[in-house]
Amino acid sequence: MTDEYGAYQALAEESDDQRWAFGTGFTDPLEGVDTTVPPGVDGDALAAYCLMLGDDALVYSHRLQQWVTRAPELEEETALANIALDLLGQARMLLARAGRADGSGRDEDQLAFFREEGEFRNVRLVERLDADFAELVARLLIFSAWRLALFEALRASADPVLAAIAAKGASELAYHRDYAARWVVRLGDGTELSHARMQAGLAVVWPLMDELFTPHEVEAALPGVAPAVREMRGEVDAVLDAVLAAATLTRPAAAPLAGLGGRTGRDGVHTEALGYVLAELQSVARAHPGATW
Amino acid sequence: MVARRGPDRDAPARFPARDASVRFPDRDAPARVPARDVAAAVPDPELPMVTVADLGILRDVREDGDSVTVTITPTYSGCPAMREIASDLRRRLERAGYLHVTVRTELAPPWTTDWITAEGRLKLAAAGIAPPDPAARRAVPAGPVPLTLTAAPRAPVPCPHCGSARTTETSRFSGTACKALYRCEACLEPFEHVKDH
Repeated sequence: MTDEYGAYQALAEESDDQRWAFGTGFTDPLEGVDTTVPPGVDGDALAAYCLMLGDDALVYSHRLQQWVTRAPELEEETALANIALDLLGQARMLLARAGRADGSGRDEDQLAFFREEGEFRNVRLVERLDADFAELVARLLIFSAWRLALFEALRASADPVLAAIAAKGASELAYHRDYAARWVVRLGDGTELSHARMQAGLAVVWPLMDELFTPHEVEAALPGVAPAVREMRGEVDAVLDAVLAAATLTRPAAAPLAGLGGRTGRDGVHTEALGYVLAELQSVARAHPGATW
Repeated sequence: MVARRGPDRDAPARFPARDASVRFPDRDAPARVPARDVAAAVPDPELPMVTVADLGILRDVREDGDSVTVTITPTYSGCPAMREIASDLRRRLERAGYLHVTVRTELAPPWTTDWITAEGRLKLAAAGIAPPDPAARRAVPAGPVPLTLTAAPRAPVPCPHCGSARTTETSRFSGTACKALYRCEACLEPFEHVKDH
């Protein structure tokens, strides 16, 4: 042991630290990081872009957390909680980056708890509550394969903060993708029942995949900062094909889910499911504004 | 006997700039432990058998008179221990006599298990946690990250209890983000492994 004086003991001491327990009270995840917007980069567009990627992680993290106490085995529960935690960490940094880039000074809590549904910029893929474990791993496979490809490209972003967040997140996402891929193979190449349910799970999430590769005006306004999402498709398709082949599954023949007049999650147009996520996520913060925990 | 004068503190500095490696004789100030030593002794809140220096979380300590700036880096994006580590650093350095303590985060380059020191690895193993093998971490290849659908061919993780190489990964995720769960097929004990990252 290093010594007797630990972080837990310190909580009991008289200090200006108002927290009541370990792990409570969040500070700025980018404390001390130089968040100056690089010259030539549109700060508002950068903030909007960080919100897109941050909201994807925030909403999906919440959906994954809802599996805790409901997973089939303790090991899976731990895995899902850890994946959710990684994504929450990514979301915190991205939201903090957004609040600095647009000059609004909004912190992660203001952005997470006090925006309305139409202000969220996440893709619709992350909104729905999974009907079963097969649907969960199908969604996680698509999401993490896509996000990993995107984060690998973002390592070279002209915004050094975004590049650093992506470099950090990429190795986490590689674990998430492998976890999902192994379960898809295990269920797909399993029993007749598990195969059928895995195929059905894929069919549910497949229509939401196109949105991940649809270019958006915010990305177009950030040359050198935001990679072209359309170019990720080849790499993601190759990963999905390899997994599906090993899992004896087939690509669902499902048409992409249409938007509203061409507008989708990235434009603030969401499925009904997002409102339920936000109600749960935001209710405590809104009932007790200014509270700390 | 000729009285010898001590160093005159009002005299112009004989050194171009004060830097942490040069200790000025100052008889009025209590002897302070170097800030780096104080910071390096801070235990990780979730792995208290190792320090933040052992884990490679402590990236830099700059001492300038009464002021100290400590730079730390998160292991994982969601690591909930960062706040505790920062508070602990601040508290210990203040106790050690440093009046102005700043703790800042640095994200790049991203932390990897390669930064865990040799001593840190020994301490983890002694506490029953299999340390990562620096040689086993994947070299970052150019192009897409390869998918691993089956257990990757890698050096076995030896059991920290009995030393057997006959061990099985039961889950890639464990009580904290940085660890995986293993079982030893020889002594049948479960154990944790700080996974390559």
